[in-house]
Amino acid sequence: MTDTNFLWPLSGGLLIGLAAGLYLLLNGRIAGISGLTASAVGLTHAGVSGLGVGFLGGILGGAALASALIRQPELSMTSSPLLLIAGGLIVGFGTRLGSGCTSGHGVCGMARLSPRSLIATATFMAVAALTVFVMRTVFVGGA
Amino acid sequence: MFARIVAAMACGLLFGAGLVVSDMINPARVLAFLDIAGNWDPSLAFVMGGALIPSSIAYLIRNKRQAPVLDTSFHVPANGKPDRRLIGGAVLFGLGWGVVGLCPGPAIAALTTGRWEAALFAVAMLAGMGAYRFTLGRPMPDYSFK
Repeated sequence: MTDTNFLWPLSGGLLIGLAAGLYLLLNGRIAGISGLTASAVGLTHAGVSGLGVGFLGGILGGAALASALIRQPELSMTSSPLLLIAGGLIVGFGTRLGSGCTSGHGVCGMARLSPRSLIATATFMAVAALTVFVMRTVFVGGA
Repeated sequence: MFARIVAAMACGLLFGAGLVVSDMINPARVLAFLDIAGNWDPSLAFVMGGALIPSSIAYLIRNKRQAPVLDTSFHVPANGKPDRRLIGGAVLFGLGWGVVGLCPGPAIAALTTGRWEAALFAVAMLAGMGAYRFTLGRPMPDYSFK
């Protein structure tokens, strides 16, 4: 890609990191969205968590506000119900089995140099890149 | 508890805004970053790099504090050893992420766009979390988010 504008991704990343940092210093917890999502709907051993509901509500509000006031997102994604359902199922199952996703292992775990998170992040990045390569090669023009 | 929920909501607001501002909410952008053998889009490296700056500073500050501002102790898991669950989960997650281009945060944020694809993915993701909860997740303690 030729777009050299790195200010959008950089400022968005700073906001995400600020959210994760504040959540640690205020509530003492890891801002991992897979865990917060599971806890918001009661799919952890602790039942429904007010923190999960609050954080997820905040994500919805923040995304809606930023879409209205800062930048209108234009989403481009597969419209195959099969891929969406299969992808969602294994993302949900995998993030819970592996105790985290891009936020918990990536943003928070790498910041605190957790060996588990470093290995998890390297693993899901490598598998995701390989998956994209296979999808592009096998299903030309698909996905 | 009320203050902690308000704090969680405020952090969520910043997080959700960050997903939109960075365009990480857009699966095509994510897949273009993961497409290292093709027409690579480095944007998400700036997202991750940018996120790690305040996050790392916060974890450095944490080391000098006994407790967070609104709670009596930190709930950060101890640095354990990698195990098969961690690797297996990361492999599955990477597979699903690479197929669609949505990870949990953007999947939630994308619900605000009203796109049916995002809603279907989110429902399937919750079903996957439920499937874990009532199978492999049953006997093991949930040590990441107690």
